[in-house]
Amino acid sequence: MPPRTFIEAIREGLGDEMRRDPSIVVLGEDVGKKGGVFLATDGLWAEFGDDRVIDTPLTESMIVGVSIGAAVNGLRPVAEIQFADFIHPAFNQIVSEAARMRYRSNNGYGVPMTIRAPYGGGVHGALYHSQSVEAFFTHVPGLKVVIPSTPHDAKGLLRSAIRDDDPVLFFEHKKMYRSVRGDVPAGEWSIPLGRAAVTRTGSQVTVVAYGLMAHYALEAAEGVADEGISVEVVDVRTLRPLDKETLLSSVRKTGKCLVVYEDNRFGGYGAEIAAIVAEEAFDYLDGPVTRLAGPEVPGVPYNHVLEDWFMVNPEKIADAIRRLAAY
Amino acid sequence: MAVTGNGVRRIAEEAGLSDEQLIEMYRMVALARALDERMWVLNRAGRIPFVISGQGHEGAQVGLTWPLRKGHDWVAPFYRSIATCLTFGMSPRDIMTAQYATGNDPSSGGRQMPGHYGSAEHNIVSVSSPVATQLLHAVGIALAAKVRRTDQVAMTFMGEGSSNQGDVHEGLNFAAIHKLPFVFVVENNGYAISVPASKECSVEDVADRASGYGIPGVIVDGTDVLACHMAAREAVDRARSGGGPTLIEAKVTRLTAHSSDDQQTKYRSEEELAAQRELDPLPKFRQQLQAAGVLTDEVLSRLASEIVVAVNDATEYGEAQPDPDPSTAMRWVYAQDWPSESPPPWGLGSGGAH
Repeated sequence: MPPRTFIEAIREGLGDEMRRDPSIVVLGEDVGKKGGVFLATDGLWAEFGDDRVIDTPLTESMIVGVSIGAAVNGLRPVAEIQFADFIHPAFNQIVSEAARMRYRSNNGYGVPMTIRAPYGGGVHGALYHSQSVEAFFTHVPGLKVVIPSTPHDAKGLLRSAIRDDDPVLFFEHKKMYRSVRGDVPAGEWSIPLGRAAVTRTGSQVTVVAYGLMAHYALEAAEGVADEGISVEVVDVRTLRPLDKETLLSSVRKTGKCLVVYEDNRFGGYGAEIAAIVAEEAFDYLDGPVTRLAGPEVPGVPYNHVLEDWFMVNPEKIADAIRRLAAY
Repeated sequence: MAVTGNGVRRIAEEAGLSDEQLIEMYRMVALARALDERMWVLNRAGRIPFVISGQGHEGAQVGLTWPLRKGHDWVAPFYRSIATCLTFGMSPRDIMTAQYATGNDPSSGGRQMPGHYGSAEHNIVSVSSPVATQLLHAVGIALAAKVRRTDQVAMTFMGEGSSNQGDVHEGLNFAAIHKLPFVFVVENNGYAISVPASKECSVEDVADRASGYGIPGVIVDGTDVLACHMAAREAVDRARSGGGPTLIEAKVTRLTAHSSDDQQTKYRSEEELAAQRELDPLPKFRQQLQAAGVLTDEVLSRLASEIVVAVNDATEYGEAQPDPDPSTAMRWVYAQDWPSESPPPWGLGSGGAH
């Protein structure tokens, strides 16, 4: 099969799953005839019709709250939030309701629901079309949070997310939709949630990343290889539940850990990774667990000079690797 | 206007309610009241730490819930919905184990505060504390009913205070667009804890808001069980036959403070409270059924003793049931346990006592 773009893999994953299981419905803003603002659901309405591909009003809390109810009554909704930046009106439904339904009912009810949302910067999206929101949700027991970085992982993890019996937030970096291509095998396969991937092996520094930063980490690792720095890259893939074993065994091998994330640094998801490494691999560390992340401003600014300043990129990662390797 | 004895006969005939069913409806109202009153006794005796009450709402809840098909349709209740939950299949023991937060409490296994009912067995959605969130769940249930062609109706309930939340607007709009089999009940008792309706709602009748969604908005005397039944029956029939949602506003009274932690005399006068007690649905329904010759002294006395037995049994049962086992405290975060979700340093089993 020819290589697929990131968004083609997602679209195929959705279509395959909907063909397999008639209880799967897609709902969100512009997901119908238009096929979504990024065309993630393009063609699904024509194939599955009004009942299973539902254009909603501009009401994020409703999209999620109705998905919860639909899940309670036998459907498997895949809700699309048009941009992760607009997920906040649904925060109460996600955190107070979806995440807690199973626990608070002592397994009486579960919420088999997937929420897809494009996230991330570097696309001239400014403060409200660029955010990384994963940290708000990885904090919450009861939610699962997935951020794939390749077309292969996107399709395989989306399948698992849809089949999962608990609410899964599935964040897709929008800069990768058309810029990232890769092989996606045909057939019935999936990637289990909760497994990280070592995407490059090395011996001196472990770089932990996800989403677009997982690509940038590989580029940076390639760049410093010529300088004799051997970097291992761990692509987290499922942020919660976290595959601690893969993470920790890499750091125990290399002795150094750089955590890269696009969100601003303070209180971000990478802080949890750093804390786990510091607590559970302390005896193996040869340098400070280090975070490289976005600056402390309340959003990605628009002008390209400012946006470039905000974004972590391969050069910035390579610099951080060099500093940590030399420690 | 109050339904008279003749009115009871006429409505019962129209609604196809037999005398036995009318008596059962009365039993539900009286049972909900008796359980509720017992909760307050247990609270004041230090046996249960918190009560949130449905007193004054029971007549509306029984009348409105009655036309639904038990075990087929769905309800998404709120924290005052004791009579709704009883009518829809929960038992007095189910209600009382929720007060004691026992390990076998079917609502939450002792995880939630009292009043947060739920039962997967009876299609009663689990109640949370953020208000009005359940409306969207009921709309989603109705959407699934439509997509799956199950012929189910979903009904949700909340107070007029909660009805101001944004989720209500978002959900009514969507339910109306798709003509979903959904009924929205507002139990308007005039207060959101201490704030009177005049400071919560820009309109006197929440039902007026229905017109903004192009759906029927019905006002019903919530102290009149049969009037509520008639309103709900029409709404449920409309919903099931594809006619879309209805907003029913039942004007009820709140006979107790907001909860056991509230002192309502701070914001309601003695005169007002005395006037509210005149609107109690329980004696009203009793008098209606007596006037219609449905409730005889003999039946009343039988019901009274049955209810005492049921409430005593539920109390004794609740008292006797064990607390949840702390070793189960991390279960059901997810459908499967995950090795990475590890217990705290103090482990499981001791609850951190040592």
